[in-house]
Amino acid sequence: MSDLRELYQQVILDHYKRPRNFQKLECANRHAEGHNPLCGDEITVYLQMDGDVIKEISFQGAGCAISQSAASLMTTALKGKTKAEAEELFKKFHDMVTGEGNGADPMELGKLAVFCGVSEFPVRVKCASLPWHTLRAALEGKDEAVSTE
Amino acid sequence: MKQAVCRTSEEPCQECLVGFGAEKIREDFPILWTKVHGKPLVYLDNAATTQKPQAVLDTLMRYYTEENSNVHRGVHFLSQVATQAYESGRTRVRKFLNASHDREIIFTRGTTEGINLVAQSYGRKHLRAGDEVIISAMEHHSNIVPWQMICEEKRASLKVIPMNDAGELVMDEYERLLSDRTKIVAVVQVSNVLGTVNPISDIIGLAHRRGIPVLVDGAQAIPHMPVDVRALDCDFYVFSGHKLFGPTGIGVLYGKAELLESMPPYQGGGDMISAVSFEKTVYNTLPHKFEAGTPNIAGTIGLAAAIEYVEKIGMQQIAAYESELLEYGTELLTAIPGLRLIGTAKEKAGVFSFLLDGVHAHDIGTILDLEGVAIRAGHHCAMPVMKRFGVPATARASLAFYNTRADLDALAKAIHKTIEVFA
Repeated sequence: MSDLRELYQQVILDHYKRPRNFQKLECANRHAEGHNPLCGDEITVYLQMDGDVIKEISFQGAGCAISQSAASLMTTALKGKTKAEAEELFKKFHDMVTGEGNGADPMELGKLAVFCGVSEFPVRVKCASLPWHTLRAALEGKDEAVSTE
Repeated sequence: MKQAVCRTSEEPCQECLVGFGAEKIREDFPILWTKVHGKPLVYLDNAATTQKPQAVLDTLMRYYTEENSNVHRGVHFLSQVATQAYESGRTRVRKFLNASHDREIIFTRGTTEGINLVAQSYGRKHLRAGDEVIISAMEHHSNIVPWQMICEEKRASLKVIPMNDAGELVMDEYERLLSDRTKIVAVVQVSNVLGTVNPISDIIGLAHRRGIPVLVDGAQAIPHMPVDVRALDCDFYVFSGHKLFGPTGIGVLYGKAELLESMPPYQGGGDMISAVSFEKTVYNTLPHKFEAGTPNIAGTIGLAAAIEYVEKIGMQQIAAYESELLEYGTELLTAIPGLRLIGTAKEKAGVFSFLLDGVHAHDIGTILDLEGVAIRAGHHCAMPVMKRFGVPATARASLAFYNTRADLDALAKAIHKTIEVFA
């Protein structure tokens, strides 16, 4: 049961039920789609870039609690960040959910640290990282949909 | 065990059901003693693959320990032992399906390869531009994609029998789809997502009236009910060994001899020839014509052991017991608030596909797993079925004869826990 509570922390459930920045961004100048064929998660990330800075970010999609809350929390973490800062955060986030690297300092990840439990569930890593892969595609202006397969 | 009493009778007697003895049967499956996350394993993912009884494990061990050799070519002792074991596996499958001849039993890697074989061999020979292949709306990807591939190549088209909201095929629509352009019908006997048992005899009868052959995908039927290919009069029947308590990587294609005779080989290589020169090759006779290369000898022998095992229990008895479990589980699950069953056909096998309000199937799968309950979450390799019901994924619990009411109680309890977490 402790594993369960660790994976489905209240913050995660809260962002799943009431996702933040869940809308199409009318002023977006970049966007990308991602999907996880394994469980049918779908996500679109919208960005309004001001030079190298993420001025606005939003998402839309449907899927499991992990993928949708990861997207929601990602949008709250990235507003106002530069592309390089976003990449850096993704690397730390990725290391945390995969259990790779030297283990990111939870303080550096802020609220994103609630996903630390994911590393105990290898099949769910794709769910947590899908929004971030989609973000990267949007940042790079790729037209192809991202797939976790 | 009491089931021996009425093994030969058509309908199982009540006494047999009482004496089915699933608890005793479970002792034959060592993996069922496993603990998962500290909880006893409740294995309800049988539509994906089934567990193997000790008899199958012992047979594989004995084969590799005492009999291993290549088949059909050696003059030495072990090769003859292996050939004998391999070919008697074919005879056992033939009897199990009630086919007429051993040469009508082709060993494949599984259901998928069986369908690909028929699509590539029969399809390539008989399909022309403008022809049609009929499948149904509830097919697994393995009975969609091979037909799409050959249809594209031959500029033929795929026609799909629709289904209603309960997950039953609309037979009137099927009749309307049949025409002179139809070259083959390929339909699943039991849906892996919905559990629907299709009226396969009617489907075959209607096609035969127009002289159209029918392939039956029996992957989900063969572990749950008696199958008699001659009574069905199907032209091709395919299934996988691993869903019938046998090893992975072995499957069966049954085909009527006259059809198989008329078909070109699927793959070329050793064993499928009788003479090779650089100018010309003479193909071997059935069934070897369709078994290029060293076959899955151990798999075949393991499958034969699995068949021997289920025959001892009795397929009628298995069907009756599982239908009782299905009824129990359906009542249990439909009583859970916010749970919706997908697939509510009148004729159903032991599959529960379900959705929970506000909880994605993948999350259900993870939480159930932490309770030791193994189910499948996702599209179950049947994306068009998901689309038909307007859902991205379902959670699916599927039964085998070693499951008990206690397993279903554990499932219901774990679902309640899931609801609590997401409340």
